[in-house]
Amino acid sequence: MSSTLQIVAEGTSYAPVPSARIRLGKNALLLISWLVPAALLVLWEVLARFGSIEPHVMPAPSKVLATAYNLTVSGTLLHDLSVSLLRAAIGFAIGGGIGFALGILVGLSRLAEAVVDRTVQMVRAIPFLALLPLVIVWFGVGEAQKIFLVALGVAFPIYINTTLGIRQVDPKLIELGRVQGLGTWELIRRIILPGAMPSILTGVRFSLATAWLALVVAETIGAQAGLGFLAMDAREFLRTDIIVLAIVIYALIGVGADSLARLLERRLLKWHPNYGARP
Amino acid sequence: MSRQPSAFHKSAVVVSNLRRAYGDRIVIDRLNLRIGEGEFVALLGESGCGKTTLLRALAGLDPIQGGSVEVPGRPAVVFQEHRLLPWDTLWRNVTLGLRAADARERAAAALGEVGLGDRLDDWPRNLSGGQAQRVALARALVQEPKLLLLDEPFAALDALTRIRMHGLVKDLVARHHPGALLVTHDVDEAIRLADRILVMRKGVIADEHRPSAEKDASVLRADLLRALGVGSEREAA
Repeated sequence: MSSTLQIVAEGTSYAPVPSARIRLGKNALLLISWLVPAALLVLWEVLARFGSIEPHVMPAPSKVLATAYNLTVSGTLLHDLSVSLLRAAIGFAIGGGIGFALGILVGLSRLAEAVVDRTVQMVRAIPFLALLPLVIVWFGVGEAQKIFLVALGVAFPIYINTTLGIRQVDPKLIELGRVQGLGTWELIRRIILPGAMPSILTGVRFSLATAWLALVVAETIGAQAGLGFLAMDAREFLRTDIIVLAIVIYALIGVGADSLARLLERRLLKWHPNYGARP
Repeated sequence: MSRQPSAFHKSAVVVSNLRRAYGDRIVIDRLNLRIGEGEFVALLGESGCGKTTLLRALAGLDPIQGGSVEVPGRPAVVFQEHRLLPWDTLWRNVTLGLRAADARERAAAALGEVGLGDRLDDWPRNLSGGQAQRVALARALVQEPKLLLLDEPFAALDALTRIRMHGLVKDLVARHHPGALLVTHDVDEAIRLADRILVMRKGVIADEHRPSAEKDASVLRADLLRALGVGSEREAA
């Protein structure tokens, strides 16, 4: 009896194995992940300040910040920013609308697929930025050229993901809709669209990134206003501080667009275990 | 080749000379069936005998190749899987396809009947298998169907939940009084729930039994198992 107890005792007691690696807490790792870019920024500032980097090659971060302030106060920055955002929004609405409508049509109808899909897939094989010279011939370098390019970049990801999403809707749920007596429109609204929504929103996220890329390229060529114009105009005077500012703003808006897409996902997919907030 | 609401008062369902084939393979061959108003019929048969095909024909889900099917109004169907829409709350699920101004109240009443009256705004992902199937039952009954089609609705549930579901279905059918067709593999389930038990074989109804007071349930069970081709000699005796 006592020996049995002893065996159990021996079996359950063990010495903790000391870890050879340094254990860092979650907060420490988070701190490090932010310290690295901060340190690089400081290094950049120091090098620029003390002349190791020529100002016309790379301005100091503090100089970029000051320029941002001056341009904001003078109103130039806000004007150019709003021009760019408006172009992106109009292009997104047109391209997204066309991509979504075609996607729905092709997703629902085999005939529409036969008519539309192969052609669209062929056109999609062209990197849309390669069309730029042709687009300039068609539209010149005005607003239409920029909006067209953004719309073109947006339409494909939305189209593809909408079609894909509709194809992936569980046929058993569609059958249920028929059993419950839903009409075509109700079937689309209650079952097909919600079922396709995760895929559609993935398309929206992709297309936001493409829209932004299209805008940068389009604005760099012959614009009279907008962030790209701001940067290209500054190039003539070697104002690298303004150029860097424009680049940083492009990046910030890209981050903002992505957050917007994720907010949409959390709202529209709150039922979905992978996206929505858990109850 | 017709499908129309039944004019009969005695029979909720009239199927005559129904033929259903997939290509060359005939699944249902000149099948006749009547289900009375408020009658609960169970349909037994081994896999591939055509019983689910018959149910789908009654539900209007598949085209038929011959004969006629008359059903009262639009039948309600409970499938083996609950088929709840994950993006809708329970009350929205229950009222799918229901055209009524007081939809939410009706959903509340229907969910109350299946013991989930406090979960109107909950999501399907928070339900157990048995609860989800209860919501599917509520969704079927809220339409006040004259015909309820049950396609192995308890097959995926654990044994205890299944027994509870049997009691619930019996109560609900007694209260709402639809004609009902239950497709199942489970002989005991059929005996427990049905007024009449049909055994289907090779596309036709081969056997018919009535659970009744004068016939011992174990004898009926043995008869049914023999009809399904799995009864042993000793059970038969």
